[in-house]
Amino acid sequence: MLQQIPQVVLSGLLNGFIYALVAVGLTLIYGVMDIVNFAHGEFLMLSMYVVFWLYTLVHLDPIFSLPISVLVLFIVGALTHKLVVRRVLKAPMSAQIFATFGLMVFLQSAAQFLWSPNYRLIKEPLLSGRISLLGLSLGKPQLVAAVGALLATGFVYWFIERTETGRALQAVAEDQEAASLMGINSDRIFTLAWGIAAACVGVAGALLANYYYIFPTVGTVFVLMAFVTVALGGFGSVPGALIAGVIMGVVETLAGLLISPAYKQVVVFALYMVVVLVRPQGLLGEW
Amino acid sequence: MEQTQVRRPPRALSPQRLVLFVFMFAALAYPWVFRLPFQRRLMVVVLLYAMLGQAWNILGGYTGQVSLGHAVFFGIGAYTSTLLHLKLGVTPWIGLPAAGLVAALVSQFVGYPCFRLKGHYFVIATIVLAQIVQALFTNWDWAGGALGLRLPLLPESLLNFQFFSTKLPYYYISLALLAIVLAVTYLLEGSKAGYYFRAIKEDPDAARSLGVDITSYKMLAMAISAFFTGVGGAFYAQFVLYIDPESVLAFKTSVLIMLIAVVGGIGTLWGPVLGAFILIPLSEFTRVALGGAGRALDLVVYGILITLVAVFEPRGLWALGERIKALVARR
Repeated sequence: MLQQIPQVVLSGLLNGFIYALVAVGLTLIYGVMDIVNFAHGEFLMLSMYVVFWLYTLVHLDPIFSLPISVLVLFIVGALTHKLVVRRVLKAPMSAQIFATFGLMVFLQSAAQFLWSPNYRLIKEPLLSGRISLLGLSLGKPQLVAAVGALLATGFVYWFIERTETGRALQAVAEDQEAASLMGINSDRIFTLAWGIAAACVGVAGALLANYYYIFPTVGTVFVLMAFVTVALGGFGSVPGALIAGVIMGVVETLAGLLISPAYKQVVVFALYMVVVLVRPQGLLGEW
Repeated sequence: MEQTQVRRPPRALSPQRLVLFVFMFAALAYPWVFRLPFQRRLMVVVLLYAMLGQAWNILGGYTGQVSLGHAVFFGIGAYTSTLLHLKLGVTPWIGLPAAGLVAALVSQFVGYPCFRLKGHYFVIATIVLAQIVQALFTNWDWAGGALGLRLPLLPESLLNFQFFSTKLPYYYISLALLAIVLAVTYLLEGSKAGYYFRAIKEDPDAARSLGVDITSYKMLAMAISAFFTGVGGAFYAQFVLYIDPESVLAFKTSVLIMLIAVVGGIGTLWGPVLGAFILIPLSEFTRVALGGAGRALDLVVYGILITLVAVFEPRGLWALGERIKALVARR
């Protein structure tokens, strides 16, 4: 069992980057507007189906459909803000929860209704096979997904920290009223934040579709993980999400090896409870 | 003193009372007018979910602590009465209150960590805890594991809590359970605890500064809520005679319980009843009309409904009704 540990830690690490990217979307929306998007996992599911149908219907490989998935998801996110979220910004918190929660129930069951609950898999993606590295065996699609997720996370961080629009985003998160006095249109910033957040899972979904099963409730698997990641990293912090995502990935696979695969999620969730109780703001929470 | 001031003594036959009596009569007469098994079965489910919705409402609506983990209490209630019966031969009539007590006890353990969290953290914590409990039961072989538990068929009698030739007893038992929960909620509304619950919901900081022990009252609301949810779970187990983690502990059960209250109207006495009367038949009819389980069309409609309610009338359909009534009265 001991000699398996490096292999398991590595695959946990790779998963962790995906968790981080999913969590970045959640944490961005929370940081900017104090709203938890319960439909975030369903956005991920949508992006996986976009890639799947492009593959099945027009034989477009996931590598090439990635930009399409990102674009579609950006629009989905922006529309979600325009049609739903904008209307509950001033409503009590429970209404905000129910608004995105209803969307989650709707998207998940609509996918089940339209595309059946069957598990689907992209059978022959361009990315396949394994490579050996220092005696460790790695799936190519997993490796590409992890690197892609890391790049996307880095890009979002760069965008928020280094660009004019990113600073406007931070300004709105800091103080919406002061930001509007400086001439920042907060509604446009919110729409952008939703677009970027959904585009994050647009990337994650397209990368995952190379090797992961695609089914209507697939989002739940990742979004619960992302909730924990966000809480661990601190609501609103992108670097926090990255660190926490990696920790979650490694803890999950290690628990699967050392305790039992049946309990790996229990361990992760227990970690959530401990973290929010001991350090409610998470590791790097600031907003 | 304070109580008599707030609630005016109703006149002998106010319109409200008249309506209430008509509804009570209709509830009692329903199974004699609609005799088909499926009609009675449907109404049993409606009454059960009205009760569960109201139980959720005590914590989620009146006290403002939105729980997405009520399947824990429902499932633990179902498992408690079933295990008591299977392992110790205890009659479901004792199993029913025992289920409530165990669920209430568990709620205190769950509540302690959860109530230290606020807002979204609380909601996510309830989801996460429910996932943990489901995983534990799925891997707990003594309690049936993933396969679940089947209650043995006994000769039908009131004593055995099993009825096959007619669904009538199930109907009246579920009606009685709903009546009890509604009565408790009504009494809570006018009690000191009820005022504290609403104070915690409206402004926890102000409530604390006025000397309300927030955590204790949240725990109380959780205990009452969990008790009745557990009793509902035990009734469900007796009604269906088969339980497994997927049917009683899964996330979708938590969602449905919350939905009933939210769509009907959170923080109101009749909202959850209205919610159950709309959502449960809606789900049955979409299932029958479009055939085949697993298509989830009922959930598609639920999802749209809940988002619409959140956007246009966060206080639920009951409040919408009140608004229309006020509009008509003004004319």
